[in-house]
Amino acid sequence: MTESPPVLEARHIVKTFPGVRALDGVDLCVNRAEVHALVGENGAGKSTLIHVLAGIYQPDSGEILMHGRPVRFENPRRAARAGIGVVFQELSLVPNLSVAENIFFNRQPTRRGGIIDGARLRAQTRNILRLFNLDLSPNALVKDLPLAMRQVVEILKALSLEPSVLILDEPTSSLSAAETQLLFRNVIELKLCGIAVLFISHHLPDIFQVADRVTVLRDGRHVATRNIETVDEDDIVKLMVGRELDRTYGARTTPIGPEALRLEKGSRGRAFRDVSLSVRAGEIVGLAGLVGSGRTELGRALCGIEPLQSGELYLAGAAVTIGSARQAIRHGLAYLTEDRKEQGLFLSKSIAENCIAPNLAEFSRPLGFLHSRAIAEFAEQCRRRYNIAAPSVRKVVQTLSGGNQQKVLLSMWMGVRPKVLIADEPTRGVDVGAKTEIYRLLRELAAQGVGVILISSDLLEVIGMSDRVLVMCAGRIAGEFSGKGATEENIMAAATGVRAHAG
Amino acid sequence: MQVDRLAQGRFDWSTGTEAGRRTLRQRLLRLTDFREFMLLLVIFMVAAVLSLVSETFLTYANLSATLLGLSVESIVAIGMTILLVSGGFDLSVGAAVALSGTTTAMALVAGLPVPVAILCGLSVGMLIGCVNGFFVAWIGINPFITTLGMMSLLRGTLMVVTDGASVAGLPKSFTVIGQGYVMGVQCPILICLILVISFDLLLRYSRFLRQSYYIGGNEKAAILCGIPVPWVKLFNYALTGTLAAVAGIVLTARMGGASVTAGTGLELRVITAVVIGGASLSGGEGTILGAFLGSLLMALVLNALTLLGVNPNWNNVVVGATLLCAVLLDVFSKRLKAGK
Repeated sequence: MTESPPVLEARHIVKTFPGVRALDGVDLCVNRAEVHALVGENGAGKSTLIHVLAGIYQPDSGEILMHGRPVRFENPRRAARAGIGVVFQELSLVPNLSVAENIFFNRQPTRRGGIIDGARLRAQTRNILRLFNLDLSPNALVKDLPLAMRQVVEILKALSLEPSVLILDEPTSSLSAAETQLLFRNVIELKLCGIAVLFISHHLPDIFQVADRVTVLRDGRHVATRNIETVDEDDIVKLMVGRELDRTYGARTTPIGPEALRLEKGSRGRAFRDVSLSVRAGEIVGLAGLVGSGRTELGRALCGIEPLQSGELYLAGAAVTIGSARQAIRHGLAYLTEDRKEQGLFLSKSIAENCIAPNLAEFSRPLGFLHSRAIAEFAEQCRRRYNIAAPSVRKVVQTLSGGNQQKVLLSMWMGVRPKVLIADEPTRGVDVGAKTEIYRLLRELAAQGVGVILISSDLLEVIGMSDRVLVMCAGRIAGEFSGKGATEENIMAAATGVRAHAG
Repeated sequence: MQVDRLAQGRFDWSTGTEAGRRTLRQRLLRLTDFREFMLLLVIFMVAAVLSLVSETFLTYANLSATLLGLSVESIVAIGMTILLVSGGFDLSVGAAVALSGTTTAMALVAGLPVPVAILCGLSVGMLIGCVNGFFVAWIGINPFITTLGMMSLLRGTLMVVTDGASVAGLPKSFTVIGQGYVMGVQCPILICLILVISFDLLLRYSRFLRQSYYIGGNEKAAILCGIPVPWVKLFNYALTGTLAAVAGIVLTARMGGASVTAGTGLELRVITAVVIGGASLSGGEGTILGAFLGSLLMALVLNALTLLGVNPNWNNVVVGATLLCAVLLDVFSKRLKAGK
């Protein structure tokens, strides 16, 4: 429409991390007074891209232009000064300070000698609040505000720098429907003021409400940019997932056995509600859903880490209550955490010591002394069986590669001989070789009659590995697919709340 | 062969070259990875220098006096090591030593039989530890704050109960614990060595105490692994309190009476020794043998100052400098290892 150059343009941005090409020549172009949506699966590169635009990451190659002139952002400060305002997913407000002090954080107007000028601070804040017709006292403490209001304050904080582009990272993920509407009204207000808004969202219906154009990223590449009137939700889902099957997931070799675990109407706080599911012995059930859909919380609840608040759990037909990880282990439930470094492994300890951690009792002799020989033999067995690439089981886990660390984590939990294994993102951050290995191990387990719940963001993995796929969206099971019905499109549609399915 | 080497404990657990095919040189090099070995070397060096410059150093009287002074601290260091390994910390041990010693002495003066009096002292120590453990493990208060408060509380209680006066006039049947000899070795030294050796083995090989390494290494992972984290923490604090009581009783027996100022500054000396011995304040590392050697090194250095006629005002300066040096060495050796 306008002939003036785009406010923000990114050309062929490449960013690699050890082992991953997070951005592979991405282009993006945001015009003045438009709301531009950026969508993609988990790991498609959305957040890397905004980190680059915000000056937090330095791109390996490619250039960024603002108003047609090339710019370099060595650090977030530079980006902010150049006119890029970012509101990240995690709120960065200080709860114990007032709205005014948060908005003008570190830039409070001062009198001589560096004393904060309270009157001017409040006046400026009031001005900014009036811009959005907000009935909010500058003196209100942020901790007393509802979440949506805090989000707005966060946006105001970014706006107080008078940016020409405002980047909103998943602004609606923690908001209720009414709060979302309030936010959207403000976003449109911004657009009318001439500000360009780059809007990242998982939730496709949101995009159709506010966006003018949408850019789809997939596997670190720019797939398409479309005017919103020319596409519907299904088109975007197709653009998000359309790729080829390229990995080997193996196939089931043994028949599925009797029911191993059944959950009925399980709920926990705001994380998930009225979830019912079942896994049979030898079955692999995929649990898909976007980050924040409650799938991890469900896995953790089943294993007693943050226990269920209501609902019934049956193991092999018998009702059980599981209130701690200890009880879960005793009942034959194993949970492979998604966060292997923070919560899974003892990084400063050896492979052997890690392998036996959930299972110390089995390696102790009557008086409570550990059985060194048994430990050494078990660890050696794990190393061979799971192909852990380390010269010895006395090697410290920290020094291993991601894939090998994951294998150590897997051997830890195999040692407890689980009847049901809940594997949360078992292949995150591991190389292709280790991935294939992990798939093989999961298959092997299923063949031995273990019921497996596979939580994963990788749709191909979920489809390739699972006998059935359950999809979670906003804390509920939004769809169940098996056989031909388990397509990326169907799963993505259910996960993004486009439509609820049972198939 | 490999299994045997694994059985030697922590050392072999953590470093990783293929077992059984190492040359003598490699084995010697690997020994330098172990804090205990390095400490032993330093201790020998200090001892060698001391025996050259001072004639009194190698006399029986000097050595046994040094060990005797060391014994009380070492007993406390056992508990402190286990706490540090599990990511904990206790500042109240010095006060616990004084209070449990005084309790025992008062019980004796009141006419209670020796075993009962000792039991009173031990219970006081265990109770202190339990309270510390409850605050840290269940309420989730920072161990530093909890035990700082406890330290002040105990020292205050001590003043209230005794009015600042020492408790003396203890029966011979009690003081023998601190002043007697068994096979020519003074009792405190013997008690200390027995406790150090048995707890060192327990911390290496017993399932229950071994859990502390997991908790200190990664508490979240330990919870996921089904380790009863709060219970283990509570136990560790209770054990530390009880061992402080043992130290307090031994000290009281040795002195022939309980003094209000007993154990002043002990907590810091003990933490210094434990850290020199290889424990990390971030948890997951350390051995009791290391802590003992750390105390030994500190005692030798202080002994050297005395023998060389240095003004005792310098003692704390040297203790602090030694601690900082040990920590510096630790940081640099870790960076060196991470770099290769």
